[in-house]
Amino acid sequence: MAPLIDPILTVSDLHAGYDGAPVVFGVSLQVMPGELVAIVGANGAGKTTTMRSICGLIHPLKGRILFEGHDISEMPAHEILKLGISYVPEGRRIFGKLSVRKNLYLGAYTEKSHIEVKRRMEELFEIFPVLRARANQVAETLSGGEQQMLAIARGLISKPKLLMLDEMSLGLMPTMVEKMMATITSINRAGATVLLVEQMVQEALEIAHRGYVIQNGKIIQQGSASQLMDSEEVRKAYLGM
Amino acid sequence: MAGNSLDFKNSKIKDFCWLGLVAFLALLPLVPAVAADSFRLHVMILILLFASMSQAWNIIGGYCGQVSFGHSVFFGIGAYGAGLAVVTYGGTPWPGIAIGMILAAIVAIIISYPCFKLSGHYFAIATFAIVEIFNRIFLVWDWVGGALGLDYPIIGEGLGNLMWHQSKVGYYYSALVIFIIIFGTVRWLEGHRFGYYMRAVREGQETAESLGVNSSAVKLTAMALSASMAAMCGAFFVQYNLRVDPPMVMSLDMSMKFVLITILGGAGTLLGPLLGASVLIPLQEYTRALWGGLGGGVDLIIFGALIILMVVKQPDGMIGILRDVSKWASTKRSRKEI
Repeated sequence: MAPLIDPILTVSDLHAGYDGAPVVFGVSLQVMPGELVAIVGANGAGKTTTMRSICGLIHPLKGRILFEGHDISEMPAHEILKLGISYVPEGRRIFGKLSVRKNLYLGAYTEKSHIEVKRRMEELFEIFPVLRARANQVAETLSGGEQQMLAIARGLISKPKLLMLDEMSLGLMPTMVEKMMATITSINRAGATVLLVEQMVQEALEIAHRGYVIQNGKIIQQGSASQLMDSEEVRKAYLGM
Repeated sequence: MAGNSLDFKNSKIKDFCWLGLVAFLALLPLVPAVAADSFRLHVMILILLFASMSQAWNIIGGYCGQVSFGHSVFFGIGAYGAGLAVVTYGGTPWPGIAIGMILAAIVAIIISYPCFKLSGHYFAIATFAIVEIFNRIFLVWDWVGGALGLDYPIIGEGLGNLMWHQSKVGYYYSALVIFIIIFGTVRWLEGHRFGYYMRAVREGQETAESLGVNSSAVKLTAMALSASMAAMCGAFFVQYNLRVDPPMVMSLDMSMKFVLITILGGAGTLLGPLLGASVLIPLQEYTRALWGGLGGGVDLIIFGALIILMVVKQPDGMIGILRDVSKWASTKRSRKEI
């Protein structure tokens, strides 16, 4: 059960899209501190657009986004990150020509102390030992799974209050997806609030506390992960049961 | 462990490359002793100048990924800064150089701010237009000499006037200082956080922004730095030629030269502009010396063919070819060891 405290993130009646054409219609959701929340749905349902609106890469056409009580609807992305939201985009988007270490340095944009950045990097190398081994390697030479680990580590190095992960499983083999999900669970258990967007509905709901099902730009169901897993509609539409 | 041994070899090759570069730089001050005749020295001066100018362009175009065809405007502002100080105000060029550099940075920010709202090719197209606008303004502006430009009077030679008449050695060392300042700054930027931010913006502006990088601020700062360095090169160019007019400095030809030299050598790399200038400038100067005015066309034909070849075969430029050769050599060596 979610604790009875103020939500860290509140999205109310969000309408968002591209060039004035909405693809998300009135999405509302909440994330409580310490929660792992999943937004699931098919390709093109509006999951990524919702995430991009929250982190400021696009601005809502209508609606409000509150983070720790601050209205961030019209704030630019670099200001939102300073408040403590870190976004790991779909398709990893690592900086391929830069080394793993430089990618991590870029993630720590808001931290000006080199010593602190190095300390955080060491912490992340404990969670992702493969990144330590590849620290000086150019990022584009990493495997898909390693690149995903780098993307998550880059998202974590800024010590965000809310980590948003977009389609983490994209292009990864099933064993790697399992490993990534386990990593996210342990990151969440260590205290990070996580908002996860996934097409792999079952895998996401297995690790989440709560979930939202999005379809054609609207939330069609919400509840605890187990409630959603048991829902006839979700089972038929997304779990192939 | 194979990976480690390969890394070791690569780092060894890298060390050799750096050693080679240091040796090359150490030999540069000795060039006047072996290339005393003024034509060879003239070619060396131009190589250093255009390598420096292309490196200035490389900051915004190569490292930051914003392809600007407008850099001849900043080059021209620097040139006119020095020219006005000497010709119009009868002083030394130094205050003009400083003012030109500051003014170029300010103009760069003013014109880039709206242009950066455009992305990709649209930004490049907008910068084309800016060169034409400045060229036309300077052509009809009496204060800067209009179409006739500014012709230098013969005044005392030396560092004070940044002018030498008897020999080109003074110019050579001045060009070397500019080269060291600009290449040194870029080398420093490569290892500095700001250098990472520029490369992050180049590789994915949106991703960089989602990591907290203020991409507009990064691009504007890089543009200002690049423009002021371009102005410094422009000032030297006018001191060397002892005259300036709009087509000489503020032209698309000039802008294209900076871009092409960098692309041929390797955009976004430290050595790329030097490699590119080492090919284009001797080509330009020797064809001009051989065939007079016609040479001006032949060098561009050859250079154009080289660029096409490079874009098709090795888009990373000459530095990419060097990288491929070093990879091939290291693979061959490791095979031999097996």
